[in-house]
Amino acid sequence: MVQLTLPKNSKMSEGKNWGKPDGATKLTEFRIYRWNPDDGKTPTIDTYYVDRDDCGPMVLDGLIWIKNKIDPTLTFRRSCREGICGSCAMNIDGTNNLACLKGMDEVMGDVVKIYPLPHLPVVKDLVPDLTNFYTQHRSIEPWLQTTTTQPEKEWKQSREDREKLDGLYECILCACCSTSCPSYWWNSDRYLGPAVLLQAYRWLIDSRDEATGERLDNLEDPFRLYRCHTIMNCAQTCPKGLNPAKAIAEVKKMMVERRV
Amino acid sequence: MKSADMKANRPLSPHLQIYRPIPTMVMSIMHRITGAALYFGTLLLAWWLIALASGAAYFNFVNGFFGSFIGLLILFGYTWALIHHALGGIRHFIWDLGYAFDKDVSTKMAYMTAIGSVSLTVLIWLLVLAL
Repeated sequence: MVQLTLPKNSKMSEGKNWGKPDGATKLTEFRIYRWNPDDGKTPTIDTYYVDRDDCGPMVLDGLIWIKNKIDPTLTFRRSCREGICGSCAMNIDGTNNLACLKGMDEVMGDVVKIYPLPHLPVVKDLVPDLTNFYTQHRSIEPWLQTTTTQPEKEWKQSREDREKLDGLYECILCACCSTSCPSYWWNSDRYLGPAVLLQAYRWLIDSRDEATGERLDNLEDPFRLYRCHTIMNCAQTCPKGLNPAKAIAEVKKMMVERRV
Repeated sequence: MKSADMKANRPLSPHLQIYRPIPTMVMSIMHRITGAALYFGTLLLAWWLIALASGAAYFNFVNGFFGSFIGLLILFGYTWALIHHALGGIRHFIWDLGYAFDKDVSTKMAYMTAIGSVSLTVLIWLLVLAL
């Protein structure tokens, strides 16, 4: 349901200013969303200063530097630091991105503003609860489904058919796109969102998969698929340069094509 | 504290408040707003037609309202909403055919919708006022 404002327990206020580190000459200001489940307070925005001569260039480097040098309670997910695991997805400088792929110098203005991925329940600080997202992914049954007897070796695919998966298989399910989508903000209980629909298309277009009809039946629903209104935030924000909006349009086309 | 209570207590992360108003998103929101505004604009048109059928005195009154400064302002806004929504419709038609999903192309189309709707509206009114 559309609710433009934040609920009372989610309203943010000015938090702690952790001060500038001694002796640093080149500083970058970070403004970071904080919420601790244990202190009973509402979310705050804390201010930190990162010593750029002592720190790597990416936003994730800055976050790790803050956690190591200033505030060990700062909580966020990270793993591979090279844009392949999708753990450090967050809202940086107004759009969703992977902290490890976004340079501190790439933000517009001087301050690096960081929030958790939008419109999700917060577990702590920059860690959102993605349970619903993963449940939705499971609902499209993202694995190869066949009815013909298993071949002796692998399921074969022509070069051309394999190429149809380019721009789809690269998705790392970081949830940047889904949580950038206003339609998903208002209807995430029933709308599957760009990431999951891109995954659905990845199996629909796979020449080896034999459950195309059932997959389309599952998506034929006013909410699951058709809540996409081509707002395009998904394609604009994807850290891997993929285009979920295009994939969703292709699914809609398949729906029409099978009726004619 | 039970785990269910912990979950109920969780804040919702900020969304519209903090998301950068990128051109494609702004144009999508404007498409919604202009679409809603057109309902009211159509009511105005219906009012004018009803006045036409109700005789000279009432028609002159309604016509006088639309000719006043506020009336003209409303009609100007209605024209813009109509043109903006129509151009947005064309944009969506192109997308529905499966084209122009490229990031940069869709951003360009968003700018073109904004510029196009304002210039077409001004053009229409210059033509109307010249008649």
